[in-house]
Amino acid sequence: MAETTSTHGATIELENLTKRYPGNPQPAVDNVSMEIRAGETVIFVGPSGCGKSTTLKMINRLIEPTGGRIRIDGEDVTRIDPVRLRRKVGYAIQSSGLFPHMTVAQNIALVPKMVGWSTSRVRERVEEMLDLVGLDPGEFRDRYPRQLSGGQQQRVGVARALAADPPVLLMDEPFGAVDPITRDHLQDELIRLQRELHKTIVFVTHDFDEAIKLGDRIAVLREHSHIAQFDTPEAILTNPSDDFVSGFVGAGAALKRLNLTRVRDVEMRDYPTVTVDTPLQQIFGMLRGGGTNEILLLDKRGRPYKWLRRGDLMRARGSLARAGTLVHDTVTRDATLRDALEAVLTDNAGRVAVTGRRGAYIGVVDMETLINSVHELLEADRLEAMEAQAELEEARSQQTHFEQEGHGGETKA
Amino acid sequence: MSFWEYLGSRHQQLLADGYQHASAVFQCMVVATVLGVLIGIATYHSEWAGNLATTTTATFLTIPSLAMIGLLIPIVGLGVAPTVIALTLYGLLPIVRNSIVGLRGVDPALVDAARGIGMSRSARLLRVELPLAWPPILTGIRVATQMLMGIAAIAAYASGPGLGNEIFRGLASLGSKNALNQVLAGTIGIVILALLFDAAYVLLGRLTIPRGIRG
Repeated sequence: MAETTSTHGATIELENLTKRYPGNPQPAVDNVSMEIRAGETVIFVGPSGCGKSTTLKMINRLIEPTGGRIRIDGEDVTRIDPVRLRRKVGYAIQSSGLFPHMTVAQNIALVPKMVGWSTSRVRERVEEMLDLVGLDPGEFRDRYPRQLSGGQQQRVGVARALAADPPVLLMDEPFGAVDPITRDHLQDELIRLQRELHKTIVFVTHDFDEAIKLGDRIAVLREHSHIAQFDTPEAILTNPSDDFVSGFVGAGAALKRLNLTRVRDVEMRDYPTVTVDTPLQQIFGMLRGGGTNEILLLDKRGRPYKWLRRGDLMRARGSLARAGTLVHDTVTRDATLRDALEAVLTDNAGRVAVTGRRGAYIGVVDMETLINSVHELLEADRLEAMEAQAELEEARSQQTHFEQEGHGGETKA
Repeated sequence: MSFWEYLGSRHQQLLADGYQHASAVFQCMVVATVLGVLIGIATYHSEWAGNLATTTTATFLTIPSLAMIGLLIPIVGLGVAPTVIALTLYGLLPIVRNSIVGLRGVDPALVDAARGIGMSRSARLLRVELPLAWPPILTGIRVATQMLMGIAAIAAYASGPGLGNEIFRGLASLGSKNALNQVLAGTIGIVILALLFDAAYVLLGRLTIPRGIRG
């Protein structure tokens, strides 16, 4: 791809952000303060009507806050021209928000043109963005939105939001209106994009699983956008701060935790292996003498081929071709523990072979190893969460200390 | 004298009247379109103002055209002026109403998106709202033109221009040998003009409605 001179993320600070609507005594958003680090993906998640969308829309001032302050990269944007602010902040919404009377290319080119890029630069950028979101420019550039599927529209929506290379990207339930399979794809794409671009993303959803999958940190919001917990997915899953959060996390937090860990991160069991070229005599010896009931037979390229139990060879009268049961399911090192558990549960002997590059055998995961590693993970999460809590409290007390002493050296332009 | 002979002997007069008729309607339509769309833009945001605009323009339409022109004569005199004013007022209703309906019908999510990506108020209007509202506005213009074609004939009553003169002359001399021919020639001329205009609008729609929202 062409040069990637992309702007990395910017920090976002919300300070006592409040929104009141006239005639309503209760604020829609009440005194929200949070710091979002540069390059971080933060998910606002909460029940409908909790004000998460309102909070998001206050960041680009589609909804004007009635109180409080927003700083992007240290710059107070609460008072600047909202049009100027919005050109620095990408915005993607549910059902894509593409303009139906413009082609895909025209939609994507809107913001770069508004900020005054040259025609040739805009044209290049459109191609680059379409490439980035995985759509072939030649095929899609001149199409109209109605000629695209929902998932493709959503991709173009993200491309348009990112076209002028804003440091911040706001996404308001962007994948809410597509089918589950497409949503899964789009989420994977977003993760890949973010790995390349390191934007600061604020993402609103009501789907907790989506939040876990995408977020570096998750803000669980309750009514009036009060922050119930703002932490990493791991910490929220293992150490929900109160009943509201654990209610929202829902049943099966430990199961969801499995989605966050890859097989490569857990301890695998070393199985005795033989290849198809190993002399039969040696195999007999291993099965009879060794402390093992079962060995794994690998094919010529080192890929798991058959499970061999003691007795299998006897019954097959010494023929490797007939003995044992075929390996029908393996998982890769990059699979989540949830995938591994699924495979273990469906396997009739409760174990599954893990493969690496080109399907070569690496180790075996079974029920016991899974249970042990999950226990360890949860324990580690708990410790980490407690540490983070302590750190946070320390930081807070330090901040109040600063505030009481007056601010020192915080006068950057 | 048969109808064809009549046409043959008077074709120059008829063509001149036809041209003036078309020209009057066209010019009044341009004025009515500009005014109507502007009124639409000014009022669509507010429930109250939009309804007021629609009701007012609808009221014009209920005034019988003969009465309207008759009432205008003492104020602006005879000739072109009462014709233009009356035609413009009559043309407003479909355009104002369709502008308001069209602009209000733009998906709020799209307006939100336009705001969200940093389009200014005027950019939003010119690049998103008006293009999306254009098909209904064009329909309004089309309906208004059809209506004005007929109403313009009445203008002859105030000695205005157009094919109406032919009709009035015929009606005034009913019983004479050319009376029927005159009325027929005027009426058919108006129908032909209306069809020509309609064809032009279909072409205009083809050219101006983006492919992405063409029905």
